[in-house]
Amino acid sequence: MLLIRCPYCEEERPELEFRNAGEAHIARPTNIAAESDDDFEKFFFIRANPKGVIYERWRHIHGCARFFNAVRDTVTDKFVMTYKAGEPKPSKLPGASK
Amino acid sequence: MTAVFRISGAGRLSQAKTASFSFDGKPYSGIEGDTLASALLANGVHLVGRSFKYHRPRGFLSAGAEEPNALVQIVRDDARKTPNVRATVQELYDGLTAISQNRWPSLAFDVGAVNDLASPMFSAGFYYKTFMWPKWAWKDLYEPKIRAAAGLGVSPEKPDPDHYAARYAHCEVLVLGGGAAGIAAALAAAETGVRVILADEQAEFGGSLRFESGARIDGQDGYAWAQGAIAKLKAMDNVRVLSRTTAFGYYAQNFVGLVERVSDHLKSPGRELARERLWQVRAGRVVIATGAIERHMVFANNDRPGVMLASAARTYLNHYGVAVGRNVGVYTANDSAYAAAIDLKKAGVNIAAIVDLRDNPTCPVIDEARALGIEINFGRAVVSAGGKLRVSSMTVQPKNGGGERTIPVDAILMSSGWTPSVHLFSQSRGKVAFNDDTKRFVPGTYAQDCVSVGACNGTDGLDATVDEAYAAGAKAAKDAGGKAGKGAKPKVDAGESWSRGMLGAAPGAGPGTTVKAFVDFQNDVTAKDIRQAVHEGMHSIEHVKRFTTNGMATDQGKTSNMHGLAIAAEELGKPIPQVGLTTFRAPYTPVTFGSIVGHARGALFDPTRRTATHGWAASHGAVFEEVGHWKRAWYFPRAGEDMHAAVNRECVTVRKVGGLFDASTLGKIEVVGPDAAKFMELLYTNPWEKLETGRCRYGIMLREDGFIYDDGVVGRLAPDRFHVTTTTGGAPRVMNHMEDYLQTEFPHLNVWLTSITEQWAVIAVQGPKSRDIIAPLVEGIDISDEAMPHMSVREGKICGVPTRLFRMSFTGERGFEVNVPADYGEAVWEALWAEGQKHGAVAYGTETMHVLRAEKGYIIVGQDTDGTVTPSDAGLDWAVGKKKTDFVGIRGLTRPDLVAKARKQLVGLKTKDPKVVLEEGAQIVADPKQPIPMKMIGHVTSSYWSENCGRSIALALVAGGRDRMGQTLYVPMPNGTIEVEVTGMVFVDEKGGRLNG
Ligand SMILES: [Zn+2]
Repeated sequence: MLLIRCPYCEEERPELEFRNAGEAHIARPTNIAAESDDDFEKFFFIRANPKGVIYERWRHIHGCARFFNAVRDTVTDKFVMTYKAGEPKPSKLPGASK
Repeated sequence: MTAVFRISGAGRLSQAKTASFSFDGKPYSGIEGDTLASALLANGVHLVGRSFKYHRPRGFLSAGAEEPNALVQIVRDDARKTPNVRATVQELYDGLTAISQNRWPSLAFDVGAVNDLASPMFSAGFYYKTFMWPKWAWKDLYEPKIRAAAGLGVSPEKPDPDHYAARYAHCEVLVLGGGAAGIAAALAAAETGVRVILADEQAEFGGSLRFESGARIDGQDGYAWAQGAIAKLKAMDNVRVLSRTTAFGYYAQNFVGLVERVSDHLKSPGRELARERLWQVRAGRVVIATGAIERHMVFANNDRPGVMLASAARTYLNHYGVAVGRNVGVYTANDSAYAAAIDLKKAGVNIAAIVDLRDNPTCPVIDEARALGIEINFGRAVVSAGGKLRVSSMTVQPKNGGGERTIPVDAILMSSGWTPSVHLFSQSRGKVAFNDDTKRFVPGTYAQDCVSVGACNGTDGLDATVDEAYAAGAKAAKDAGGKAGKGAKPKVDAGESWSRGMLGAAPGAGPGTTVKAFVDFQNDVTAKDIRQAVHEGMHSIEHVKRFTTNGMATDQGKTSNMHGLAIAAEELGKPIPQVGLTTFRAPYTPVTFGSIVGHARGALFDPTRRTATHGWAASHGAVFEEVGHWKRAWYFPRAGEDMHAAVNRECVTVRKVGGLFDASTLGKIEVVGPDAAKFMELLYTNPWEKLETGRCRYGIMLREDGFIYDDGVVGRLAPDRFHVTTTTGGAPRVMNHMEDYLQTEFPHLNVWLTSITEQWAVIAVQGPKSRDIIAPLVEGIDISDEAMPHMSVREGKICGVPTRLFRMSFTGERGFEVNVPADYGEAVWEALWAEGQKHGAVAYGTETMHVLRAEKGYIIVGQDTDGTVTPSDAGLDWAVGKKKTDFVGIRGLTRPDLVAKARKQLVGLKTKDPKVVLEEGAQIVADPKQPIPMKMIGHVTSSYWSENCGRSIALALVAGGRDRMGQTLYVPMPNGTIEVEVTGMVFVDEKGGRLNG
C-alpha cells in the first residue's frame, strides 16, 4: 500500500484514503459549447498514458476530501511529488537530473 | 517410551513432555517442541508423501519452510482439514492427526506410481502438448482426471470456524528474521529507544544457531545466547517480538505483510484465540536478515526418502535430538556438510562415507572429520541412490567416470552450497547482482529504505555477520531518529563459516543422461526436463520456468531455482547472469485466505445500511431486497400472499386510496451558498436561476460526454439553498462528481456541498388520500393545492418535529415526500401509518414503486439508461435548458453520434398477448424470420405485470423507437417469439390529472 502526501493535510496518508481521478492539467474549455469536434475529442477522450512520469489527479476522499495533483512514475508506482489543484505543472521534478 | 531414533543427551527438548499423535491412522509418540517432521523421524518414519506428477515416494528434504516434499493434511475436525501443511513447520501437539496426500490406496502402495514408469510421457511441457485437442476434452475429460490423480489434499467440507485477526503496526525499524543477524540488528536498534519489531517464522528464535553446534557468542552457546537476547528484547517497551511470524510480502514504501500463526500449534485453542493474525507493518527502515537456504545435490534418485539436506539432519539432531539414520552417507560439494557428519558421528551415528565432488579441498572441518575416523572420498560423485520407499545405498564413482562402488546407507545428507534468501529484498524491487566468484545472487541496487545483513547479503561467517548486522541495526535506528545506543556489540567467540559449492547437475546427471535427478521436488522437474525445455526453444528463464513448472510449486523453488538456472545456462552456453533470474513474488510461503480476509466475512464482509423504518418493516412482514449496501423493503405480503399477489394489491391500493413507502435511501445533497444556483446551472441540464423558492424541478445530470449520469427532484429551499436528490446507487458518485467540478473547474463559485442522505428519513405518502393522511399531523404548512401545488417544497413541522415536506410524485398520484430527521423517522412513520390505516392505505415496497413508476413511464437511471443514453433518447428533451450557454455535457450532446438519426430511444411496449410479461434484457428484432445471427434493434429495459392496466407493460430502448409507434416488433425467446407493439411510455393517466386527483 502506497503512502501519498496530501498537499492540503500536509502529511503522508495510506493509499486507502485516496482515489485516483485521472490525468491532470486537462482544463475544461471556458467556452466548451463552441469547441470543434477535434478539440472536444482531444479534451475528453485523448489521454497520455505514458510509461514513466505521469501527472494525475487524486482525491483525498476519505480524508480532507480535496482534489490535488500528483506526479507519479507508472513504472515504479512511486510518487515523485504532490501539489495543490490549480498550481502549475512543475517545471522541475525533485531528484530529476535535468 | 522413547522413540527409537531419539538420541539421549542430544537436542533441546524435554524428554518428559510427551505428545501422542497419529499419521495415516497409526499412533506415534513425540515430544513437546517437536515438529511433525522431527517426531516422525524420531520414530524412524521417512516416507511421508507421494510426488505430484510421478507419485514417487518422498520423505523430508529439509527442516524448515523451504520443504518441498513433506506436505501433509492436518485434520482437527470436519471443518478443519488443512491440506499441504509442511510437516517440517507444523509443531506437534498432543492428539495431532496427520494424513498423507496424493496417494491411493496407501502411501506404500500407490497406483499412481505407474506415472513414474510411464515418465517419458510426462516430460517437460507434457500438459501443454498432450491435452490440447480436442478442445472440449480439457474440461470434460483431462482436467477432472488430472485433478483426481493429483489431489494435493482435500478441502474441508464445512466453512472455516476459526477466526483470523488483523493488526496495523508502525515502527522505526522492522527486522525480518531472528537468527544471529536479526537478533544483533534488533539489539542495536532497540537500544536507541526507537520502536522495533523483530519477526521470525520459527517457534524459537536463533535461525541457524539451532543447528550450528560450533557457535559461541558472549561466552555462551550460540542458541543459548539467542534465547537470552530475545528475553532482553521482549522486556523492552519499545520492542515487539513476534515468533511463528512469517514476512510473506514486501510492498511499496516499506509496507510489509506478516502472518503470525497464533494457535495452529495448540492442542485445543480457545475461541478467544485467533488462528492467525495478519500484521500490516509500515516501517521507517527494514533490516532483512533472512539467512540462506541450503541446496541439494542434483543426482539420480536424489528424492528417495532418507536423502536430505545436511543442515536439516543437523537441526534434527542438535535441536530435536533425533538421528535421521544409523548408517549415514554424505554427498557434498561444500564444507558445511562435514559439520553435519561430525555432529552425527559424535552422537554415535555411523558415517558410512563422505563423498566430496571437490578435488582437494582444505578446511578445518575436513581435518576434524578425518580425525574422527570418517572415510572421505574427494573427487567422487554419488551417481545414484538405491532403495525405493527409503534410501538403501549410494553408488559412488570417480567424478570423471570409472569403477562404481555401492555403499549401503539408510540416509544421505547432501549439500551443494547455500542460496542467500533474497526473496524479500527482491520483492522490495531491489535488483540482485550475481557474484561470479561465489556463484550466488546477492542484493545489489536497493529500491527502498532497507538493508540486508548476514547470510542473505552473502556475508560469510558468524563474526562478520554479527558485526554487519549490529552496525546496520544501529544505523537504521539512528537514521530513523534514535538516540545513540549504549549497549555493547555481541562478541562472537567462535562461529562456523563456509561458502562456495556448486550449481546445477552433478556428474551422472549431466547432458545426455536421462536419469531422474530432481531439481524441483514438488513439481517433479528433473535436470533432463530443463535441458529439454531449452532444446525445444525456451531461451528465457521465464519460459523455461513455465514450460517445466520449475519453481512454480507452493515452495516457489526455494531449493530449485538456482540449480534450474545453472542447468539452463549451461545448455544455452551463456553465463548465469545473462540468463537472468525469475522474479520473486509474494507470498514467501503460502498464506491462508483466512488471514487475508480476516474478519471481513459473513455479516462483516460488507456494510449493511438500514433505514429508520427497517424494524417496523421487518415486524410487518416485509421481504427485503439488497440495493447497493441498503436493505430495502421489497414488498409486504399478507398471510397467504405470494410476491405477485402482494405487489398487485399494493399497486391497486396506492392508486385507489394511498400508500406509504420508505424512500430514505435516495441520495440527498444540500447545495448551499451565494453561487448555489449558478453551480446548479452548470451541473444540471435544466435552468435553475429562475426556479422560485419553495418550488421543485426534476433535474438531469450529464457527464461531459452528453450521456445521462443521474437524475432526481431538486427543491429550492431558499435563494442560496437547494435540496438535491439523487438515485440510491448514484449518491456517492454524484457527490464526487459535484465536488470534482466545484474544486477543480468552478472553484470561483462560492458553494458548499453536504451529503445529507443519512440525516433525513424520507416517507413517501402517495395516492388520492395522501393529503388526508398527512393533514392531521402537519403543523405550520398550508397543504392545499393552491398554497402547495405539485412540485413544491415547504419547511414546517410534522408530529412536532421539523420537516422538509415535498409535494411530488413518483407514482403519478397526488403525493408527498415527508423528510424528517432520521432519528424521528420510525416515529413519524408509525404516526402516518396510523392515519393511513383509517383510509385503508398500504405500506408498499420497492417492487410496487417500480411498477407504479413504469406505469407512468418514469425512468430509472441505470435500468432504463445504461451510460449511452442522452436526454433526447430518453424522451427528456424538455428538461434541457435550450437557452443555456454552458452546463456539463452541453458539448457532448452535439457530438455527431449523439445527434445521429435512428439512435436507440426509450418507448413503451405492449405484448400482443396481454398476459405475457417480457423478460428484462430481452433483445428485440424487426423481422423474426431473418437468419441467425439476427439484427438486434433494441432491448427491454423494464417489464412488469400491471394489475392497474390489467396487462403487462414494458419499456424498451429501440433504434428509431419514436418513429415506430404502432409498429409490431418481435422478441425472440427460447420458447418462441413474442409479438409486441411499440407504444408511448405512459400507460396510466396520460394527461397527468391524477397528480391533483
Ligand atoms: Zn487531505
